[in-house]
Amino acid sequence: MTRPVEISVPKAAGELPNEKFVELEKYIDNLDTTKGALIRILHKAQQIFGYLPMEVQLFIARKLNIPGSEVFGVVSFYSYFSTQPSGKHTISVCMGTACFVRGSDRIHEKLKEELGIGSNQTTDDGLFTIKDVRCIGACGLAPVIMVDDKVYGRVTEEDLPEILNTYRQKTIDS
Amino acid sequence: MTVYRTNILVCGGTGCVSSASLDVYNKFKKLITSAGYDKEVKIIKTGCFGFCEQGPIVKIEPDNVFYVKVNKKDAEEIVNEHIIKGRIVKRLLYKEPNSKRIIEKHQNMPFYKKQFRIALRNCGLINPEDIYEYIAVGGYEALGRVITKMNRDEIVDIIKKSGLRGRGGGGFPTGIKWEITKNNHSDKKYIICNADEGDPGAFMDRSILEGDPHNVLEAMAIGGYTIGADKGLIYIRAEYPLAIERLDIAIKQARELGLLGNNILGTDFNFDIEIKLGAGAFVCGEETALINSAEGKRGEPNYKPPYPAQEGLWGKPTCVNNVETFANIPAIILNGYEWFSSIGTEKSKGTKVFALAGKINNVGLVEVPMGTTFREIIYDIGGGIQGNRKFKAVQTGGPSGGVITEENLDTPIDYDSLSSIGSMMGSGGMIVMDDTTCMVDVAKFYLEFTQDESCGRCTPCRIGTKRMFEILTKITDGKGTKEDLKNLEQLSYMIKDGSLCGLGQTAPNPVLSTMKFFKDEYLQHVVNKVCPTGRCKGLAKYKIDPEKCVGCTACAKVCPVECISGKLKETHVIDQNRCIKCGACFEACRFNAVIKPK
Repeated sequence: MTRPVEISVPKAAGELPNEKFVELEKYIDNLDTTKGALIRILHKAQQIFGYLPMEVQLFIARKLNIPGSEVFGVVSFYSYFSTQPSGKHTISVCMGTACFVRGSDRIHEKLKEELGIGSNQTTDDGLFTIKDVRCIGACGLAPVIMVDDKVYGRVTEEDLPEILNTYRQKTIDS
Repeated sequence: MTVYRTNILVCGGTGCVSSASLDVYNKFKKLITSAGYDKEVKIIKTGCFGFCEQGPIVKIEPDNVFYVKVNKKDAEEIVNEHIIKGRIVKRLLYKEPNSKRIIEKHQNMPFYKKQFRIALRNCGLINPEDIYEYIAVGGYEALGRVITKMNRDEIVDIIKKSGLRGRGGGGFPTGIKWEITKNNHSDKKYIICNADEGDPGAFMDRSILEGDPHNVLEAMAIGGYTIGADKGLIYIRAEYPLAIERLDIAIKQARELGLLGNNILGTDFNFDIEIKLGAGAFVCGEETALINSAEGKRGEPNYKPPYPAQEGLWGKPTCVNNVETFANIPAIILNGYEWFSSIGTEKSKGTKVFALAGKINNVGLVEVPMGTTFREIIYDIGGGIQGNRKFKAVQTGGPSGGVITEENLDTPIDYDSLSSIGSMMGSGGMIVMDDTTCMVDVAKFYLEFTQDESCGRCTPCRIGTKRMFEILTKITDGKGTKEDLKNLEQLSYMIKDGSLCGLGQTAPNPVLSTMKFFKDEYLQHVVNKVCPTGRCKGLAKYKIDPEKCVGCTACAKVCPVECISGKLKETHVIDQNRCIKCGACFEACRFNAVIKPK
């Protein structure tokens, strides 16, 4: 999480909408002070864009008058910040100790196998992203996975296909 | 103020919310309103009750009835039977797993009986989103007393005499920390609440912030007054949205009532609090790293000295205390240091909150007096090991701590006793493991965590933990040698001695501790190439019992690599060289002929 996964800063996959930059700029301009506010601004930027590609990082750097490397240094340090867009649904597998002791590693393996992707990767259809998270605090329900904001407790390997299908079906329905 | 005849308390802690307690809450709202009882019955969303295993929890007051595992449908029955007709719904009461006894009141449950609540005293009792409920239970009285009647030296004296020590893990005396920061003169000082709870499997701080946020705000104001700070920061993990939301509400309410802001309670004391979000880095629990992160930078630790009390946030004297430490302060001021220091052991006073999890019956949050033994927590409060299996070890201190085995179960828990048996208090995670847990695998799990969370600033931690993880992986893959064990130990001491901050200095602890208490298990892995629990797949050997095999071919059919041979109605054999240890044959066999590796 804290180690830089790639040396180069990924660029955005497509054109980023201008109104999002306007929104971000307005947020920065309205802050009482930008002193010590970089992490706060990055949180906001990720909320607006969904992720932090090179263009967004550079925009913030120019706006705060700091080197782009400093922004990237912070982005790559914290696991909460992502430089890649996520899939439609993010599946967070709890890798906390309580879940581990109750077999979350098997759930993790099975999920990767089912979706054919690794951690922090997105399926080709753009539907699912797998993320490992450290303890979401629902240890009473261990092992736990979270799809977007919904928590699934006491998950077994057999439950996974059904859970995934619910979201696949939802996409088809909509 | 409206007086209600009945209160329905629904747990709104993260554990219960995860098992859909908000649906239950909404259902109650709807039912009570449509039945026309909304002027008589109040529905309150509280903080964590602690008994997460049994969630969602609903408590009816003043009847003092405690319902467990309540779903939306049950809410209907509770309203129809209990609220309207006054008949308790027996089906939803807690049933003690061992004696099968039904228990109606929570204070009679073994889970609560041995607990003593100071930090958690209001959790599950009040609505955390209503400041008046906090005030009704004595909230902000301590702050009032402190800023109108006491001078700063008196407060330091009380906290020092109470014997309160930092609950974040280190155990540094809180009174001394306050005194040092107070005595450092500066035009600006800061007080920071460390809510960057990073130990995976620990959720004490989050539950306190979700269940009783004003308690922490009040304590921070008291601390701010004492050390001479007018600004407080709460550094909290971004992964705790509910706690952040409740803190936000609490801060706004406190400002509205003039309990935060300028001229608090008509005095010349000014104090305000700001929330700073972390962004997912375990090392930020270390105070100098936390301060760097709060300044918007990479959360790397600094060399100490200078300590934050000398040069902290923006180079000014800063006092950093943990959430649970703060949660004790108002109670100490109100009840006196004599009361607080009468609880606990000689050198560790008061209580400690533990997040009890893993292979235990009653997963949840427990607060016990210092000096309680592991046996009491695991067997009396925790209700013993899940599925009546055999206890193997309990880990405290998370990735910085170590394991406690059967022989030390009767150790009274305090800071010093835990260090003396090779573990540490840590922030309060307590993970129980049974005989199906492989200790090498556990050590590997923690090292996987620390090598990933190492910030990379100092070499011993950055590279050392990675090498340790690689050696452990080699061992669990069945390729380890005795030489590896030696290297592992040597590396451990090098990392401990050479690392800059607490993360690296404690990272090898889980390995050293498991190697000390489970040497045999390590040797089994490297010498005999056997994992006694069967957890390490690289060492697993599935076998077919010729006595039991009837030759039905079920196992051969499911084997994904087709390594099982044998004719119909003849004994089958597994080719060990090709077997990938997936366990499919074991699942498929209806005659118990496939022996799972032990």
